[in-house]
Amino acid sequence: MLNLTKMGHFLLHSWRGVRQLSGDDAYEQYLKYHAEFHACTIDAMPALSRKEFFKLWQDSQWQGVNRCC
Amino acid sequence: MVHKNLKLIIWFAIALLGAFALSTIALSRGESINVLWIITAAACIYAIAYRFYAAWIAAKVLVIDETRATPAERLDNGRDYMPTNKWVVFGHHFAAIAGPGPLVGPTLAAQFGYLPGTLWILIGAVLGGAVQDMVTLFFSTRRNGRSLGQMARDEIGVIGGTAALIGTFLIMIILIAVLGLVVVNAMKHSPWATSTVAATIPIAMIIGIYMRYIRPGRVLEASAIGVVLLLLSVFAGGWIDHHETLRVFFDHDGLPLAFAIIVYGFAAAVLPVWLLLAPRDYLSTYMKLGTIILLAVAIIILRPDIHMPAITQFTDGSGPIFGGKLFPFVFITIACGAISGFHALIASGTTPKLLANERDIRMIGYGAMLLESFVAIMAMIAATVLEPGVFFAINSPAGVVGKDAIDAVAKINSWGYAVTVEQMNQLAKDMGESSLFARTGGAPSLAVGMASIFGNAFGKGMLALWYHFAIMFEAIFILTTLDAGTRVGRFMLQDMLGNFNKKLGETSYMPSVILTSAIVVAGWGYFLYIGVIDPNGGVNILWPLFGIANQMLAAIALCVATAILVKSGKLKYAWVTALPLAWLVTITTTAAYQKIFSDDIRVGFFAAANDLSAKLAAGVLPADKASIAPQLIFNQHLDAYLTLFFVAVLWIVIIDMLIICKHALQGLRILPLSDTEYVKTSM
Repeated sequence: MLNLTKMGHFLLHSWRGVRQLSGDDAYEQYLKYHAEFHACTIDAMPALSRKEFFKLWQDSQWQGVNRCC
Repeated sequence: MVHKNLKLIIWFAIALLGAFALSTIALSRGESINVLWIITAAACIYAIAYRFYAAWIAAKVLVIDETRATPAERLDNGRDYMPTNKWVVFGHHFAAIAGPGPLVGPTLAAQFGYLPGTLWILIGAVLGGAVQDMVTLFFSTRRNGRSLGQMARDEIGVIGGTAALIGTFLIMIILIAVLGLVVVNAMKHSPWATSTVAATIPIAMIIGIYMRYIRPGRVLEASAIGVVLLLLSVFAGGWIDHHETLRVFFDHDGLPLAFAIIVYGFAAAVLPVWLLLAPRDYLSTYMKLGTIILLAVAIIILRPDIHMPAITQFTDGSGPIFGGKLFPFVFITIACGAISGFHALIASGTTPKLLANERDIRMIGYGAMLLESFVAIMAMIAATVLEPGVFFAINSPAGVVGKDAIDAVAKINSWGYAVTVEQMNQLAKDMGESSLFARTGGAPSLAVGMASIFGNAFGKGMLALWYHFAIMFEAIFILTTLDAGTRVGRFMLQDMLGNFNKKLGETSYMPSVILTSAIVVAGWGYFLYIGVIDPNGGVNILWPLFGIANQMLAAIALCVATAILVKSGKLKYAWVTALPLAWLVTITTTAAYQKIFSDDIRVGFFAAANDLSAKLAAGVLPADKASIAPQLIFNQHLDAYLTLFFVAVLWIVIIDMLIICKHALQGLRILPLSDTEYVKTSM
């Protein structure tokens, strides 16, 4: 029983890792970040939509050297 | 206490096992050895180096401080600066540093036998490459993630910074050309390979549109669809290859394929990243990681024997794949996998902005390089499990062994390696290719090696599918490097031109985008074109040039690190970076000297140019060779001056660094250290 729970935890962690590594959860991370740092300030801007965020995120990934020989 | 002793015993056992495995591979002569010895030696060396050497560097040399806030924490903006889980950063960093280099270099260097390359991959990585990556990552982290060029400017001076910038730009041009050549040689007269590689372009675009518009941001979902489509394209390629009318569309000589790649490269640099570059990169990363894991599993299941001798007669410089003696050319040919200057650009770019804590630097900087070194070891294994006769038949250019299969086989037999025309024909048939003679560049021989390993481990009936899967796997991330490299080259050029004309420096100003992309593509396109028309295969010229450039960049990174160590009053530890630096300077300078001044026409650029000029003047060249001779002569001269330029740049940086160190030790006024103030972490 204990092993099953452990395995479940491991799988869940791995899945989170894969999502984070691929950028699949980038929008959720952004929303969290936005809620934490921006939502409470006076000049708070509404969070970007998934589509808008993804555009900015993808463009920012390709600004410098990110692939090697 | 018991616990501590037990640990000591375990590490002692690992050291003994490693030493035993290493002596087995080093001393075995005459009989074939099992790959398990190489894997064991590698695993033990990596474990000990990581546990002791890297830990010592972290604690004593760099003095890593777990309480210090990283730039990711201080400058967190939720996008590029962001504290990230260390395994995720490791994955990003490894995916960024591991390109086609560690696969191609060892395959070519296998002409010297399995031993020299293997030793260099292991020793070079633990004492050189991994140290370079780790210290660069550390110094960049202490400087808010500044780039290598900026650090060189801040710590050594304007000359060092400019040298790093120009070095990076030129290495990019040479690298893309040689990689383009590898893909062209893999696709030449192979409708299956060509159609599969061509299919990766629309597949990437479909995925790009899916991620951008249909289901924005659903990266995993889109990638899964893409991977399935890629696998289907390997099957479809086989179908096209057997189709009488369709196969004609994909059956081409080298030159049209080279032009297709040049046009593709330009399009990829000008098109928005989301359409082609980014989705292709996703697919190539999954393919890369998946295939590398699959190869490791297959090698461990299969445990094949190495058939290549430990050392071949070609250490004397007469090798068919590239000319030049074991020293220095094995160290130039295997750059990535042992030490690669290019990694310093990654370690000083994206990665430091993601580090949550300085204590992750050892695992990410040092550890990821060890994994890359292991990829190089697997490439060496895939090359050397082939019968040496077959290996040389695939990799020797027609200019060396002759265009005719019977001549080629006779020549290879005369070296003492058994191979027959029937054997090569059967192999080509098994792999679904029309011929495997003179398929230079390393990709086809790696694919044959991988296909035989996969075939034996997971079912022999599908050799042709495995072969073309391997070709697709190599091509997809070679093309990613080609796209990404062209784009980075374009940014650098726009940055430089921006100093003269503000408008040209704007990355979204279309005329400037088109102009700078065209210049970059023309640069590598020229070398690719010459490589394709060269009867000696081009790889024998371009790969050493790339190796020299890459090692030069590594030397610049180590110069920066050494200067920082000396300036921070750590002279007694400066050997950690100065030792690999001294070795790199020795090999690059020797290699460059030989490439310029050697009388051997297979090594010296001027010697080859003069020889060809004399033959042209005497009228002894056949018409087809005489028509391209002037271009080849011009190119040999150009390559000689380029090599001279590389060495000159390297020595200027070294002298600059030595002066800074001398002044620092004498207490004279120098550029101050540029690291950021200590801020305590709150995480």
